[in-house]
Amino acid sequence: MDVKKTKAIKRALRDTFPIFAGYLVLGIGFGVMLAKRGFGTYWAAIMSCTMYAGSMQYVAVELLADAVTVGYAIMMTVLVNIRHVFYGVSLIDKYRDAGWRRFYMIFALTDETYSLVSTTEVSEDVDKNSYYFFVSLFDQLYWICGCCIGALMGNLIEFNSAGIEYAMTALFVCIFADQWLSVGGRKLLSGKHISATVGVGATLISLIACNILEIEYFLIPSMIIILVSLILLRPVLDRREDENAE
Amino acid sequence: MPSNVTGGHTLLLIAVIAAVTLVLRAAPFILFRSGRTPAIVTYLGRVMPPAVIGMLVIYCFADIDFTRWQAFVPALIAAAIVILLHIWKRNSLISIGAGTVAYMLMIQFLFK
Repeated sequence: MDVKKTKAIKRALRDTFPIFAGYLVLGIGFGVMLAKRGFGTYWAAIMSCTMYAGSMQYVAVELLADAVTVGYAIMMTVLVNIRHVFYGVSLIDKYRDAGWRRFYMIFALTDETYSLVSTTEVSEDVDKNSYYFFVSLFDQLYWICGCCIGALMGNLIEFNSAGIEYAMTALFVCIFADQWLSVGGRKLLSGKHISATVGVGATLISLIACNILEIEYFLIPSMIIILVSLILLRPVLDRREDENAE
Repeated sequence: MPSNVTGGHTLLLIAVIAAVTLVLRAAPFILFRSGRTPAIVTYLGRVMPPAVIGMLVIYCFADIDFTRWQAFVPALIAAAIVILLHIWKRNSLISIGAGTVAYMLMIQFLFK
């Protein structure tokens, strides 16, 4: 194997360590939940290999346990995973010449893989397509391990697992905090936090409004508010990007 | 397997969820395969992710019953633990693990 590829694998292993940690904890949380609902360990393996979507698998535990209709499952999946459409948009150019590996990289495009791949600038001495591919592959392997360990624990060990579902909340709070701290430099509050603030604000408004109006799915209006706000804020946000580039 | 559930229906649901997820992930690559991506789409792809993560944080808290302090106080304390640990250590395993364990201990022992 050539040097650039070996370097890509090493770099991918090093950079995915935080995801290894997060996926292990989160996968165990999912596995335990699934097992406590009465599903055998192989279901955790099937789901983590085929769906491979963190938050959707948590939601899917409820859907499977309630044996919902296919239509309802489709609607929930679109709601929870619609954000992935936007991930792809920012990676079209990065993934353009990855060849056959592209198919796997697109299948394996989770929140965490996206956040790593989209923010990492690969240096010249590393084969970037191999790097993106192995980041995707390692992440899924960590996830499968976590899910199966959790399912085994849930099926074999008697313990009070109440509250384990908080792993998903903790994960997103952690990603949010990480992102907030990394874009601001030394400043805790700056113009670079506009997008994150819009996301939180729009969803809060939508949640409260939908509660008052008794609408069940607050994520759809929330997505619309976020889209419209970001489009309206484009002159401001584009200017900030230019300042960063200088 | 729960008594109300069959293996066949479970497999069907898993296949459907996996397929829809894949379609969503592949959509931009298929739609904008040839030619140039519209500038507004590129712009959204760049500024959207932080907003979506913010949305997901709120989504996670939306199921909590805010009329019962026993329900929301542990959730908020655990979130504070995640944030403070992350500012301090910047280690995802420590932040997520400690936050989750703290939440489990609180709802199982402190705020019953």
